[in-house]
Amino acid sequence: MLSEIAFYGAIETGLIYGLVAFGIYISFRVLDFPDLTVDGSFPLGAAVAAVLIIGGWNPWIATGAAVLAGMAAGAVTALLNVKLKILNLLASILTMIALYSVNLRIMGRPNIALLTEETVLTPWYNLDLAYHQVPVLLFIIVVVVSLILLWRFMKSETGLAMRATGANPRMARAQGIATGAMIVLGVALSNGLVGLAGALFAQSQGAADVTMGVGVIVIGLASLIGGEAVITPSTVVRALLACVFGAIIYRLAIAFALNADVLGLQAQDLNLITAVLVTLAIVLPGVRSSVIGKFTRNKA
Amino acid sequence: MAKRTLRTLIGATLLAAAGLGQAQEVRTVAITQIVEHPALDAVYQGVKDELAEQGYTEGDNLTVMHESAQGNSAIASQIARKFVGESPDVIVAIATPSAQTVAAAARNIPVIFSAVTDPVGAKLVSSLEAPGANISGVSDMLPIEKHLDMLQRVMPDAKRIGTVYNPGEANAVSLVNLLEERLAARNMELVKAAATKTSEVLGASRSLVGEADAIYLTTDNTVISAAEAVISVGERAGIPVFAADTATVGRGAVAALGFDYYNHGRQTGAMVVKVLNGSNPGDMPVETMDTLDLFVNPAAAQRMGITLSEDLIQDAKEVVKNDK
Repeated sequence: MLSEIAFYGAIETGLIYGLVAFGIYISFRVLDFPDLTVDGSFPLGAAVAAVLIIGGWNPWIATGAAVLAGMAAGAVTALLNVKLKILNLLASILTMIALYSVNLRIMGRPNIALLTEETVLTPWYNLDLAYHQVPVLLFIIVVVVSLILLWRFMKSETGLAMRATGANPRMARAQGIATGAMIVLGVALSNGLVGLAGALFAQSQGAADVTMGVGVIVIGLASLIGGEAVITPSTVVRALLACVFGAIIYRLAIAFALNADVLGLQAQDLNLITAVLVTLAIVLPGVRSSVIGKFTRNKA
Repeated sequence: MAKRTLRTLIGATLLAAAGLGQAQEVRTVAITQIVEHPALDAVYQGVKDELAEQGYTEGDNLTVMHESAQGNSAIASQIARKFVGESPDVIVAIATPSAQTVAAAARNIPVIFSAVTDPVGAKLVSSLEAPGANISGVSDMLPIEKHLDMLQRVMPDAKRIGTVYNPGEANAVSLVNLLEERLAARNMELVKAAATKTSEVLGASRSLVGEADAIYLTTDNTVISAAEAVISVGERAGIPVFAADTATVGRGAVAALGFDYYNHGRQTGAMVVKVLNGSNPGDMPVETMDTLDLFVNPAAAQRMGITLSEDLIQDAKEVVKNDK
């Protein structure tokens, strides 16, 4: 039913969105910070990487710069919240809107093509693999490395302080944790991961486009919740694995939806399918305790 | 009895089909578009109609697959991979982002793009004359010089030309840059107003009042979606509004020198047929629109404070009569 290329394509896009889901895990789950900056930091990462790549930079350095740019965007959102006391959701919307203009400035035009440029993927095509398998292999490595680094970070003293900040800010402050600094660091880290995803996406897509961030937050959230429905996020590792699997499952679901002419489903229905998937994931019995509470309880 | 008749019928049809040879071979065309939108939908319809007219009938000797990414680039990428996996005879990619994702995914499958303004800038082809690889198509680059001739014919004294455009749309920005350059060559000036979404078009149009003698709208998707907003400002402030596409004349613009996305699709379809008949896209130069028809709307001109000359109306292929 699903062709091999469509299958690998879904895995490839899923792995990239797994990085987005990592970011959303940090902001939503660890810090309890609803962060819409990602709709801007995803194309920001793409923009920075694309401009540097066509400027002749090494694609890995360009990708690293994209991570830093994403972190800067996240830091701005967090500082608006922590220093200027702007509501976290609003702070992130402000940064997201500003980033649209910033991204246009960085690129100088709405679309930068990378089809003929040397990207992080180029050298890997020399491997003895099918064309559509190469990005999957490289992105698995990137995702696994990110997962291990994040896991180790979350176990470190700083990581524990960050988790305490999200779980109970008042208690954390009483323990001497600089909660403001933790929020800045966490949101920056989150958007750094999203910037990385944007940079890789642009390189596998063949172009950076200023409109490519639309809906990243919803898809990231759908991946996160979908993953948690499959893998109970009882530990940090399981939560991170849930992010990756959720993103891949979401992409496979879309690939099937694109093939599901039998069911009468069409591409026009994809947004509806996303909403249904998220809703189903929330109401599935197994995740009642872990998810519903976080999404329906009135926070004090 | 009925069964036997049916079987005989099927047998006869198969024999007839064998007799016709490869004319009955079923070919597959996969069409991907970045978003549903009147202009892009018209391209899709045009492609299908041209294929039908040239003997490729859906359900008979042609299978058409069609997907829209609903403006989402990750889905566009998955659609591209789905199509590559199905290895159709031709992939048609409508609009720049879709064309780029298909180009990144398709190695050996022929690709024909449509509604791409700057295929070289988008790195789809290395040159317009000799694309080289597996990709060619039809560019919707506007004949700006001819449009400006038309505008000057109606308003010889206009010096400052206003335009509303979306700085986030690749096609629109290419056109605005070109427009600015060509206007400067005519000692004229471009006054730009940016609108990043349809709700901002009205405000952007208002900013042109007092700044522009006439307004010219390119084929910018955002602005064309909200063309009525520009036209209402033109009517109230007495600034004639010209358009690049003929459909906008029906909505109240003064005049346009034919750009019709349906015809654009027909031309795309003709290239698809060539590929189905064995041509290699790499050897097919990128085409631009070859039919240009003048559409005028005298009543709209009146409302915007100018009168169209008789000879201009004579030259028009279509005189739109809407009295509102």
